[in-house]
Amino acid sequence: MPELNLVQAINTTLAQEMERDERLVLLGEDVGANGGVFRVTEGLQARFGAERVVDSPLDESGIMGAAIGLAMGGMRPIPEIQFEGFLGPAYDQLVNHAGRMRNRTRGAIAVPMTVRVPWGGGIHAPELHSDSPEAIYTHHPGIKVVVPSTPRDAKGLLLAAIRDPDPVVFFEPKRVYRSYKEEVPEEDYTIPIGQAKMVSEGTDVSLITWGSMVFECLAALDNLPEDVSVELIDLRSINPFDRDAVIQSVQKTGRCVVVHEAAKTAGMGAEIATVIQEEAFLHLQAPVQRVTGFDTIMPYYKLENEYLPSAKRIQEAVEQVLAY
Amino acid sequence: MPIRTVYKAQIDHMQILDEDGKLDEKLAKNTLTDEQVVHLYEQMTICRTLDEVAFKLQRSGRMGTYPQNKGQEANAVGAAIALEKGTDWLVPCYRENAALFMHGLPMHYILLHWMGDERGNQIPDGLKITPLSIPIGTHMLHAVGIAWAMKLRKERGVACTFFGDGATSEGDFHGAMNFAGTQQVPCIFYCQNNQWAISVPREIQTAGETIAQKALGYGMPTMQVDGNDIFAVYKATKDAADRARAGGGPSFIEAITYRLGDHTTADDAKRYRSAEEVDSWKLKDPLIRTRKYLERKDQWSDKKQSELDERAKKITAEVVKTAEGIEKPHTDDMFNHLFSEIPAELRRQRDTLRTHSLGQEPGQVGLRAPGQAEHV
Ligand SMILES: Cc1ncc(C[n+]2csc(CCOP(=O)(O)OP(=O)(O)O)c2C)c(N)n1
Ligand SMILES: [Mg+2]
Repeated sequence: MPELNLVQAINTTLAQEMERDERLVLLGEDVGANGGVFRVTEGLQARFGAERVVDSPLDESGIMGAAIGLAMGGMRPIPEIQFEGFLGPAYDQLVNHAGRMRNRTRGAIAVPMTVRVPWGGGIHAPELHSDSPEAIYTHHPGIKVVVPSTPRDAKGLLLAAIRDPDPVVFFEPKRVYRSYKEEVPEEDYTIPIGQAKMVSEGTDVSLITWGSMVFECLAALDNLPEDVSVELIDLRSINPFDRDAVIQSVQKTGRCVVVHEAAKTAGMGAEIATVIQEEAFLHLQAPVQRVTGFDTIMPYYKLENEYLPSAKRIQEAVEQVLAY
Repeated sequence: MPIRTVYKAQIDHMQILDEDGKLDEKLAKNTLTDEQVVHLYEQMTICRTLDEVAFKLQRSGRMGTYPQNKGQEANAVGAAIALEKGTDWLVPCYRENAALFMHGLPMHYILLHWMGDERGNQIPDGLKITPLSIPIGTHMLHAVGIAWAMKLRKERGVACTFFGDGATSEGDFHGAMNFAGTQQVPCIFYCQNNQWAISVPREIQTAGETIAQKALGYGMPTMQVDGNDIFAVYKATKDAADRARAGGGPSFIEAITYRLGDHTTADDAKRYRSAEEVDSWKLKDPLIRTRKYLERKDQWSDKKQSELDERAKKITAEVVKTAEGIEKPHTDDMFNHLFSEIPAELRRQRDTLRTHSLGQEPGQVGLRAPGQAEHV
């Protein structure tokens, strides 16, 4: 089995699926000759031609809207938005058309497309290159949202997303792109959207997160005393998210910390905590704690590390929840 | 006659100073004095030097991603001198550093911005400059609004917005052009067509022959200029500004130029464009042709050049020192500027972050262990 990083895993998966399904078309800014600004689509234009790997004009609304049309017309488009901060101009097309078409037409017309978007902070990038808007698109009905944190998960989730009959936003944590490698099976496999992953089993506290924060949580675990048993869950899918996995874990541990990069107020942590109190109230030994970004704009990079949840903050939260 | 022509148009291209530093005397009439040309040459040289310094800062880990202006300086200085500092607004993208400096922005602000510090955007009082715009093609609408406000308030200023060839593909570009045309606001659309939007060539942005012709659809005077020619840039901008001040509404300028460096320090242009192409544009470098012109007119010498190079080095070293001497912002800085008055919850997050990394006091969520101190 080859060891791949996240960039390589997505790249080879795209190639594999383009080989299998001729309807796949990639489009976006710089995805062709340049292979994308993160090189995720490197070599694909040379291999599949400029008709299937399309350098588009600099127009996110155009990319998203045209991809919707391609999907309606029988293709399987994979638009790339260069950074999550530039979903802005494409918001109307994504939310008001991709997310609504099936419902609007009572099932007559669907929009099967996978929107690839580099996501999250931690790489010292300029403004609007470091945000975490997964809750925003989760709040809009009709769009699935996934955030794989590892190369192997990325492959299974990407294949599931591409083959899904509905629009999926596929957020790729930039901080993980080249910082983590693992063996990725060469054969075809999917990971169902909506299924969480148990990273480590435990009995004292449930730690729930996704994206690059999985690695920050693992670092926090290293610093906790050995007799503290933490159950670390990588949600992987944000919409829909694996309610059963969360509820079952909290029913066992009675304590929970949710960690995400996005701002606290109305973030996914709020939704998860609410589901826990709805479904596992009598099991709770302590209030659910959130370790998140602050309710501010993601600062320019000099303060980035103060904004992003750190292993230290996560560790403190776990200790507090345990001490309650 | 069943078919008649209802509209006809042409796009003119203006060059006044050619690549060899030769001037079209007729067109150059009432444009730049020798003294002004020397000034612009100095400004371009200082900006180029800052670019080189910034590049090295990034490579040595002292600065984040930086977009060089190299090769495009004539646009910034030619337009800046045609506009009135303190009266006219500059609404830039990120390849107009020299224009911002000429209109008063302290040079270290640009470095601070790319060093990941928002205080680099804290435009000093009295300057009519908006911050660098990271979301491409969105800020031209703001220039239209600013120009509109000046029209409503009967001020004499005009707004000049800069953007790239790629930016003209965004939907907001259409919105800006359409509002400007229908409201007849005193706005100049200055497109720096440097042939590339990262790796995407101009031909992929539009199937049209020129970018300038887009303005025809909005009823706007428009032309193409040699963007590496300070005389042509000056004249086109000055004419547009005069027209706007006289109530003639918006104008469009497509300046043909070239980015000699990578898109940013995160880019490697060798992946998508040929060395021959870059070399051919090096011959059109605005600094070279301006110097040739000055030499022709006996306004320049090797001695003056080495003095200028020394001065540019000194100025930029000072600018780096200033930028690097500014202490890292306090975490309070993330919270203090979201609203004119900080809401209670934000204040709580801000204040507790000073003493507690979670940004909340343990006691406030009932999570304090019995007997544990309030603050760590
Ligand atoms: C809305 C938006 N989409 C994408 C980007 C990423 N991006 C940054 S610069 C750039 C190319 C800009 O090209 P152009 O407008 O020609 O300006 P130039 O950099 O050539 O000066 C792109 C795609 C962005 N910053 N904003
Ligand atoms: Mg360009």
